[in-house]
Amino acid sequence: MIDHLPALQVVLPLLAAPLLLFMVRWPTLAWAFTTAVAWATFFVAALLLEQVWGGAVISYAHGGWEPPFGIEYRVDTVNAFVLLIIAGISAIVMPFARDSVEQEVDSNRIAWFYSAFLLANAGLLGIAITGDAFNIFVFFEISAIASYALIAMGRDRRALLSSFNYLIMGTIGTTFLLIGIGFMYMMTGTLNLADLAERLPEVRDTTTIRAAFAFIAVGVSLKLALFPLHLWLPNAYTYAPSMVTVFLSATATKVAIYVLLRFFYSVFGAEFSFGELPMDHVLMPLALLGILLPSIVAIFQDDVKRMLAYSSVAQVGYIILGISFATTLGLTASMLHLFNHAITKAALFMALGAIVYQIGGTQLTRMAGIARDMPWTMAAFVIGGLSLIGVPLTAGFITKWYLLLAALDSGYWPIAVFLLATSLLAVIYIWRVVEVAYFRERPADAPVVSEAPLALLLPTWTLALASILFGIYTALPVGAASRAATILMGGY
Amino acid sequence: MAIALGLTIPLFGMALMLLFGRWPNLRDTVMVLTAAGMFTTVLQLLPRVAAGERPSLHLFELMPGLSIAFEVEPLGMVFAMVASGLWIVTSLYAIGYMRGAKEKNQTRFYAFFAIALFSALGIAFAQNMFTLFVFYEILSLSTYPLVAHKGNEAAKRGARVYIGLLLGTSIGFMLLAIVGTWWLTGTLDFTDGGIMAGHVGHGMGAVLLVLYMFGIGKAALMPFHRWLPSAMVAPTPVSALLHAVAVVKAGVFTVLKVSIYLFGLDYMKELVTTDWIMYVAAFTMIAASLVAIQQDNLKARLAYSTVSQLSYIVLGAMLVSQLSAIGGGMHIVMHAFGKITLFFCAGAIYVATKKTEISQMDGLGRRMPFTMGAFLLGALCVIGAPPMGGLWSKWHLILGAADTGQLLMIGVFLVSTLLNIAYLIPPVLRAFLRPPKDGYTGGIREAPLLCVAPLTFTALGAFALFFLAGPLRGLLSGMFPA
Repeated sequence: MIDHLPALQVVLPLLAAPLLLFMVRWPTLAWAFTTAVAWATFFVAALLLEQVWGGAVISYAHGGWEPPFGIEYRVDTVNAFVLLIIAGISAIVMPFARDSVEQEVDSNRIAWFYSAFLLANAGLLGIAITGDAFNIFVFFEISAIASYALIAMGRDRRALLSSFNYLIMGTIGTTFLLIGIGFMYMMTGTLNLADLAERLPEVRDTTTIRAAFAFIAVGVSLKLALFPLHLWLPNAYTYAPSMVTVFLSATATKVAIYVLLRFFYSVFGAEFSFGELPMDHVLMPLALLGILLPSIVAIFQDDVKRMLAYSSVAQVGYIILGISFATTLGLTASMLHLFNHAITKAALFMALGAIVYQIGGTQLTRMAGIARDMPWTMAAFVIGGLSLIGVPLTAGFITKWYLLLAALDSGYWPIAVFLLATSLLAVIYIWRVVEVAYFRERPADAPVVSEAPLALLLPTWTLALASILFGIYTALPVGAASRAATILMGGY
Repeated sequence: MAIALGLTIPLFGMALMLLFGRWPNLRDTVMVLTAAGMFTTVLQLLPRVAAGERPSLHLFELMPGLSIAFEVEPLGMVFAMVASGLWIVTSLYAIGYMRGAKEKNQTRFYAFFAIALFSALGIAFAQNMFTLFVFYEILSLSTYPLVAHKGNEAAKRGARVYIGLLLGTSIGFMLLAIVGTWWLTGTLDFTDGGIMAGHVGHGMGAVLLVLYMFGIGKAALMPFHRWLPSAMVAPTPVSALLHAVAVVKAGVFTVLKVSIYLFGLDYMKELVTTDWIMYVAAFTMIAASLVAIQQDNLKARLAYSTVSQLSYIVLGAMLVSQLSAIGGGMHIVMHAFGKITLFFCAGAIYVATKKTEISQMDGLGRRMPFTMGAFLLGALCVIGAPPMGGLWSKWHLILGAADTGQLLMIGVFLVSTLLNIAYLIPPVLRAFLRPPKDGYTGGIREAPLLCVAPLTFTALGAFALFFLAGPLRGLLSGMFPA
């Protein structure tokens, strides 16, 4: 059993998904079943991380076909950490999902919804765990198609259009990725990532490999919503059902970032990506612009969900910035932010989900004075917001601290100044919400609402408290992130 | 043990006040008891600190070498005693004021007040710059609702300027300086003699000093002083305790801490920017006084006066002599007593007569002799005239300037003192010497007793400090162990 953990990690949600179709008539059963699967998956991910914590690498040959011929699942601290983030978020979002999904999705579609959720989950986990380039593409498609369905199930009709946009952009992204993988296969005759890493140096000075690199870089950048390829994201996050926004914002872009790291650092090697090719000079300006402009745009949003979506684009910028330093410290900051941002943003979107549940929308005008009626929800939002800003004793601060150190370490004083200045932008857009929710009177014609049900509050507060806990107790995230960074810098 | 207790008492008190929100008398009793409990706990540390000990408490480690930890040294001891001691007086005053002025949301107000005091104590006892920074930010955040308390447009606008400048400077400059310090020296612990020497070059050190001094926005160096006048929209107890004592003194306290324990006076002497900051402080001192003279609103005048007085202490640190640093520490206490008295008076006048402008104060001395008498004593203390405590702190600051040969700064101190007289004495003269404009003849009608008793007490305290300056100086010289 323990030997088959890597396979179980993906197979569990993948096989459970079709079973849900038998439960179309019993939405609650569908929910309970999905919850059980999500928690089992989380348990597997935790076991996997524990096994590779000391630096071991698990290689799992599917069907007994030895790599590089068969498909290999390969787990080291880097992707075990990413697996933990995905599986952890999907486990915590499930208790939240029950009430929220019941309200936002037609009841005869709830089982389908959870089925799509498990497929998306399996796809994301698959991307992270596999050691095979073509397999990455396949799982990208599985997760993407499932996510299109999830977003389109939002009741707002604009959800359809944003899902369609996402579909077009996402397909372009994965097609680019496929072309890049094809080129590499052409030159090396292998699809196994470790094998690729071994064989690439012989042929890497060819135009084909450079083209492959470019295709992969652009394709994955589309998936991870790197500025200016982020245009699909704000609408997709805004109009998707609350639970989908929580799940996707915390996991989907993170996995794409992991793929970027894998290709840049493990397959092509840091020396090629950042030495021979000037990826640092490409990524850094994009990251800086990607932090600055979406943060400014976020300030002017009237829908808080949309505001947080733009903030997510900016947060991707922070992660890419860490990558562009091409140092262990920079990578540590990036890996750390994968984790910290996942819990922070999930907490924030969950709080908004609770507000949607009670008042049906997240427009600022509707949220006037809401803190008086929903004190616990808004308090969780404030904690999440503080962590997003990077206030000390929250998870966000730890990331910022490492990112600042990484910038100083690489001699970029101006970037350190820039980082602090942009965190003030986060202060502004979070503060706007706080001021409206706490210091404005509830409009006279506003419906009388009460606090969200416990089922929504508990998961929200779990994540809000987690973003405080991981700002104080940093051994797990910092330990995992710095180990992962060392592994990435060391090549495959 | 006393450290942990001192920090938990205000939090515990806050919880009880929230719990008892429905019974104002019970809630307010809890507040006074909390303040008293905190002060006595802090006081228990005094004998040990005076004997040269440095009690400490290590809470937890965030990253290797980066902890939330506390250690009580003389300067922190003084700041903690002033803040927690004056909280007792202020909480009595607040009861009188808030009830007299019929303010809303009193429970929320008192709860955030307690958090502010908690963070002030955290700042006072911080063992390293990181801990100090954390509590510094909690203090900024917890005082925002207090400034915005009235909830009208003016209050919200003022509060926005307040939080914007305080958070902006602390995140934009101070945090950068802290990360830079950590990156260059590998530690943020407050250490006798500083941590910079030998690790940080003079160029980098000079940059860091500028970042720290402007980053500590609570010290209100120009051009980052606007938040202080903006904060005057808050109810007067806030202006009195927080914006004359806890918040602003947290700022200059941090300036002294950073100068003495991070840079070290010897190292700071060698930095080019020390002189620059000194001139900025001198300019702030004079310019803020000149602005103060033109203010007709009493609280605004006092606010600019505070901006000016804070720069005395920054200047004391930038003179880099032990004498002036001790003078700066003493001025924290002296100015606290003087200025809180003046604010209490301003609040009492508002509660009794709804008057806020100095031009309306003609003849007020006949109606409120106790208040205006206390106002005179507070003003004398801020000016630094005998027989008030303020004399001694200025004395030491000027001695420090003479000690380091900064004759120009002696001149600045003297000019500023003259300006102090020019903006603080006229209200008193108006009140006592001119006839009331509205022809008031109703005899003595003071504000409620709970307003007048505290301000009389602090005025007498400012007088008592004239005789207590010796022990205070002795305690503070413990900052520089031989």
